[in-house]
Amino acid sequence: MIRIGCGQGFWGDSFEAPVRLVEDGPLDYLVLDYLAEVTMSILQKQKKENPAFGYARDFPALVERVAGKGVKVIANAGGVNPLACAAEIRRRCPSLRVAVVLGDDILGRVRDFALRNLDTGELLETVIEQVLSANIYTGAFGIVEALKAKPDVVVTGRCADAALVLAPMVFEFGWSETDWDLLAAGIVAGHIVECGAQCTGGNCLEDWETIPNLSRVGYPIVEAEADGTCVITKHVGSGGKVTLGSVKEQLVYEVGDPGTYYTPDVVADFRSVHLRMDGSDRVRVTGAKGRLRPEMLKASISYHWGWKAAGTLVYGGPGADEKCRRASAIVEERCRDLGLLFERTATEVFGDTQSAMLRMAVRARDKSPVERWTREMIPLVLNGPPGATGYGEGRPKVHEVVAYWPALLPREALELRVEVIE
Amino acid sequence: MIVKLGQIAHARSGDKGNLVNIGVIAYQAEAYAVLLREVTAARVKAHFADRIEGDVERFELPNLGALNFVCRDALMGGGTLSLLSDAQGKLFGGGVLSLRIELQESEIKFLQHASYPTVTRII
Repeated sequence: MIRIGCGQGFWGDSFEAPVRLVEDGPLDYLVLDYLAEVTMSILQKQKKENPAFGYARDFPALVERVAGKGVKVIANAGGVNPLACAAEIRRRCPSLRVAVVLGDDILGRVRDFALRNLDTGELLETVIEQVLSANIYTGAFGIVEALKAKPDVVVTGRCADAALVLAPMVFEFGWSETDWDLLAAGIVAGHIVECGAQCTGGNCLEDWETIPNLSRVGYPIVEAEADGTCVITKHVGSGGKVTLGSVKEQLVYEVGDPGTYYTPDVVADFRSVHLRMDGSDRVRVTGAKGRLRPEMLKASISYHWGWKAAGTLVYGGPGADEKCRRASAIVEERCRDLGLLFERTATEVFGDTQSAMLRMAVRARDKSPVERWTREMIPLVLNGPPGATGYGEGRPKVHEVVAYWPALLPREALELRVEVIE
Repeated sequence: MIVKLGQIAHARSGDKGNLVNIGVIAYQAEAYAVLLREVTAARVKAHFADRIEGDVERFELPNLGALNFVCRDALMGGGTLSLLSDAQGKLFGGGVLSLRIELQESEIKFLQHASYPTVTRII
């Protein structure tokens, strides 16, 4: 049996969680997920400004804190510059062996493929000049190759989240690339823990009022067996809970057709999974079924779309919600008078007659109407309906919209390789 | 008896691009049959009529006593494009629990105590 803990559900998650996973009980592998759909474009921009950047820059500091405790670390913290990430880890911890999985970055080759948007069918040609990043989602087997080099840390680029958890199982138990049910079992376990505390009581609607000690919530641990079965648990004494309900909520999280859960390594069927309690804060997972991996791999491409801004005001009662609606109508009329054109706008009112928050947002391909719009909301404090407050943040900020372009491309396009730095 | 869905089930929602998925899970395994009967794709679509612009598809997970609803065009473009405060569709899970469903006399045993934080337990 091996113990795999997931110490991070996204970049920005609790900095203490992975340290506690390593220090508060037994663990063999620590996996950390850093990359959301848009993260790659942010990192690509940072790399453009400084060729030594482009990875999760707080990761090497974390490695320093958990190093030397006998736990192997696997993270997709490499972003668009895994080698620079590895170099920084080595600078901080010269005794560590770092293995890097490379080959997911296809930004330089993006014109070589006729990439169609998975949702709209549109060809990437239409936005090719605006493309900021392009990466193939890689699976577990690049990491498995890396683990063969006996590293202390494995750094990857755009690796599929659940594959970070599957990889140590494949490596330790010697599963093959066609053991579909076993691979699916690893993916199911990975899917359950990849969002960190979301399976141990965080963001959990099941009897949420009674979930204990969330301030010290335990992050999840997979106790994986060679036959593909596993137990989802957390360190004894940590907060939160592991129940059938907390695990089920995560199993259905961000899933489309549960019978066809695509990953680079296998297509998993979540309808075959069985759960039962196996002691306090322990859920046993069995029965996972998988089938032939997809012929095509998914690419995550980001491109510059345009600009957006959002602003809020708080109104006091009586009639707070009505004041919000009047205020938004005033802004809309001013924008019409100014001839500002937006691709889309949104107005939301939260609250009731006693107090309510108005939130308005606009987006456009051009920056100028958005910039002009940001000057139209705050003046309402003096020249709109009475009783506006909550404008302490000042004028709304204009943000670049970097949009996401999912596409499929043939498996052969991926040129995986591993480099070991020691 | 008319009750709220949150009295027999819990839920979680998330996003994929411009799509929201809502997993609805029965507190008691036997209450899955009630979910199957009462919580249809059409009712979920109607419940979020002002939010879901596309269609709603329902998938069944009898092994978990759960249903998964895939709601298309629900996030004004989704991801960074979305102009909504709930750009990732996180609130659909809690939101679907106020759906009104009908229980037969024999199904009243499925009502949960601490499950749904509303002032009215039975409406």
